[in-house]
Amino acid sequence: MGMEQIAEKYFRPGRLPHIWCPGCGNGIITGAIARAVDQLGLDQNEVAMISGIGCSSRSSGYLDFNTANTLHGRALPIASGVKMANPALKVIVASGDGDCTAIGGNHLIHAARRNIDLTLVVYNNSIYGMTGGQYSPMTPKGSKATTAPYMTIEPSFNLLELARAAGATFVARATTYHVPQMVDAIAKGIRHKGFAIVECVSACPINFGRQNKAGAPAKMMEWQRDHAVMVAAWEKMPAEKKAEAQAAGKFPIGVLYETDAVQEYTEAYDGVIERARR
Amino acid sequence: MLKLISQRCKGCGICVNFCPKKVLEVTEVGKCAIVEGKAPDCILCGQCEMRCPDYAIFVEK
Amino acid sequence: MSRTLLLQGNQAVVEGAVAAGVRFYGGYPITPSTEIAEQLALRLPQVGGKFMQTEDEIAGLGTAIGASMAGLKSMTATSGPGFSLKQEMLGLACIAEIPVVIVDVQRVGPATGQPTSPAQGEVMMSRWGTHGDHWVIVVSPSSVPESFELTIRAVNLSEKYRVPVIMLMDEVIGHMREKIVLPDDYQGIEAASRKTPSCKPEEYLAYAADKEDLVPAMAPFGSGYRWHVTGLVHDETGFPKGTPAGTVESLNRLHDKIYNHLDDIVTFENYRMDDAEFAVIAFGGAARSAYAAVNLARQEGLKVGLFRPITIWPFPEKQVQEIAGRINGILVHELNYGQYVLEVGRVVAGACPVSLYGKYDNESATPQELLAEIKKAMKK
Repeated sequence: MGMEQIAEKYFRPGRLPHIWCPGCGNGIITGAIARAVDQLGLDQNEVAMISGIGCSSRSSGYLDFNTANTLHGRALPIASGVKMANPALKVIVASGDGDCTAIGGNHLIHAARRNIDLTLVVYNNSIYGMTGGQYSPMTPKGSKATTAPYMTIEPSFNLLELARAAGATFVARATTYHVPQMVDAIAKGIRHKGFAIVECVSACPINFGRQNKAGAPAKMMEWQRDHAVMVAAWEKMPAEKKAEAQAAGKFPIGVLYETDAVQEYTEAYDGVIERARR
Repeated sequence: MLKLISQRCKGCGICVNFCPKKVLEVTEVGKCAIVEGKAPDCILCGQCEMRCPDYAIFVEK
Repeated sequence: MSRTLLLQGNQAVVEGAVAAGVRFYGGYPITPSTEIAEQLALRLPQVGGKFMQTEDEIAGLGTAIGASMAGLKSMTATSGPGFSLKQEMLGLACIAEIPVVIVDVQRVGPATGQPTSPAQGEVMMSRWGTHGDHWVIVVSPSSVPESFELTIRAVNLSEKYRVPVIMLMDEVIGHMREKIVLPDDYQGIEAASRKTPSCKPEEYLAYAADKEDLVPAMAPFGSGYRWHVTGLVHDETGFPKGTPAGTVESLNRLHDKIYNHLDDIVTFENYRMDDAEFAVIAFGGAARSAYAAVNLARQEGLKVGLFRPITIWPFPEKQVQEIAGRINGILVHELNYGQYVLEVGRVVAGACPVSLYGKYDNESATPQELLAEIKKAMKK
């Protein structure tokens, strides 16, 4: 299905154009979620999409699933409750970098630890966009932000290493430049039985780009193109070259980690019920 | 053929930048349009549709 | 068939929850409510329900709200510090009209306070805790059997009116053991469930309320009715609409769906009030001292009665006004520095003198202490 038909089928009627700024990557990521659902052939009634608060979290209102735009940082607990109540639902969580890694950081590590079958799509634009450009835990050190007029001094998270260390069993990254790879990563994340995180590297041309002289939206996407390295190539790099690439701000994209060795949480809970009824 | 939904377009210029045949432009009113006379140059590669954040441009094959 | 048991108030809450059909609990351990979590971890899976020990208090209510969205009757329990943390989620449940029950077993506060000592310091917080105009139902049991009954009632009210219901307990009632007679099976228990839509999915307007009760039908996620939950001010479609008129309409309905049904929602007990010339107003654990103090007063020939609100919010305004018009004075007894007395004073509006015996020394009042305060107040 082409994007025209996908927009027609999976977006709620009459809700476009969306609220996002010109060149914002949120539309690309939200479109990729719809494309992934379409690729998997899922029934819209079987999909739930739960978001927190922030620019990216407005995405749930556009897509025609069972949706909730909840509270800042709190999408994961609410999504966990939805999944526990109805494990047949495919539950997608949309969260921004501030929503997910700052105010919602505790929920992130625990949802990952439980290995509950959620697909967390992180819209990472390195900034708090909705409130006007304050730095987040994902803002690269040395960036300008309205709350860091003299540049940020805080190192940022490596979100995927954090999620993996916490127990996530599917870990992937994509960029808004690499759309087919993003669709693929999200589709695989949804298909994965367990906690999946897909970091979608995105651009906020208005509230990050302007302060950091990053240029037009297309220029920010070219930065993604020039800094993302396919995971197969990344893994083949000798240590020295990898360190060099990292120092230059390069990062791997693709499915970085996946395992089915850990039992999924709702399935494990079925075992609890079985033991309780014995 | 390209189909443009200008009501959704915010004129960000992403499609213009990644069009390999330079078929597209952002007009004075801030909307994407096909450069006059360039329509036949479109090779239907879909780079514009793929990256349009606003679902405002589609390739109809 | 029934069984006679010796249970704590917290255990009675657990049985009430199971009887009412609660099938999801999310929560975090906290004294003095922890027994509720422990017992539900044991009981819920036995009836096919689910228990989650969450990473924090916020997620406790968050998971319960999520499970409720997907169709399960859900609850959480906590105490003061946790109740503080839950206020954010409580607001979401109010504006999005997600049925959920929150049990708050009060202890001395603020902050860590006295975790194992009784207090009633969250009377005002239970009504006004989350930000913004909002309306909730708060009920407060005074005995172990009533903890069972009121938990069922809290769940039923929550389902019926699509509103979070707070069961405001205190350490006295939570930890006290009393005799309770429970039915062997809960089939006969009257359990209300939220309305579900009868229209076609494509015609479903998630927040279009029925004119009679002002409560919209709620489809569980996954039922084929796709809708949107939001914490933003929204119209009947469920999508954000922040116009001045839309905001007024939406907030008015959230108010009216509760306040148009006060006769159904507000419950209370009059104890020896028929010929009373003076009334004690007390609820929850504090009412236990009040029953005994009223009896002592009667032995001395003093015509004292007890008015015990069971639904403490919405405030039993009509009832308190009626009492104030026929007696010589009221003494409010509560385990705090004086909270409910403010509302009593507002409603009585000078019709009779209102005094306070607020106790905030970590201990319940003895009947003799309360009797002495009654006598003092009667002289005013």
